[in-house]
Amino acid sequence: MVKRVVVGAHYGLRDWLAQRVTAVVMVVYTVVFLGALLTHSPVGFAGWKSLFGHGAMRVLTLLFFLSLFYHAWIGMRDILMDYIQPASVRLFLEVLVILALVGYTIWTISILWSA
Amino acid sequence: MALANSVKKRPKNLDLMKIRLPLPGIVSILHRISGVALFLIGIPFLLWVLSCSLASQEGFDGWREVFNRPLVKFILIGFLWAYLHHFCAGLRFLTLDIHKGISLPAARASSKLVLIVSIALTLILGAWLW
Repeated sequence: MVKRVVVGAHYGLRDWLAQRVTAVVMVVYTVVFLGALLTHSPVGFAGWKSLFGHGAMRVLTLLFFLSLFYHAWIGMRDILMDYIQPASVRLFLEVLVILALVGYTIWTISILWSA
Repeated sequence: MALANSVKKRPKNLDLMKIRLPLPGIVSILHRISGVALFLIGIPFLLWVLSCSLASQEGFDGWREVFNRPLVKFILIGFLWAYLHHFCAGLRFLTLDIHKGISLPAARASSKLVLIVSIALTLILGAWLW
């Protein structure tokens, strides 16, 4: 009987998959948004504001930004793990990244729902 | 002992100025660099502009005026390239994930394609936005 010693926190596959799913969400949003901009340009303030006045647009834009922030977290964490060797410095920088992204999330919601 | 010595004597060449990355390596490191630039500058800048442009007519007009300056346009086109390169290189990684184009010639060809397409798209969109 082979005893396997399984180690790790098991978030590797989940994050790997999340990085790809969020990427696909952003690809779709980018293409649709760019297409809308190309067909409706130039956009004035009134048109810009009414575009983000639609509930569906707010939700889809928030979905884009949440995907972006989660994607950015995984990417930044991977880069910090690769290049920052001292654990204390890495932890500090990871906390900064998380705080920034949580702050951006709140900021995004306030921008979209006060528009 | 002989093995240990031979391991120690392996030539090391980690001089960044001398290392010549293969094309897929260049695409990969540019994916990282563009990702960091988009995180550090791109995201806060995007949110700032979105916030101002939706808040008031003055905010909208103010940014439109800033975006009309040639220097600003060049910088924005730089970030447009960062986004498009990250976008195209990401699509390439997704195809590699599903085991498409993993032979060496195919991987080299697709990395060349990523570099060309992202620059071409930047020029086309940049010209349209100018």
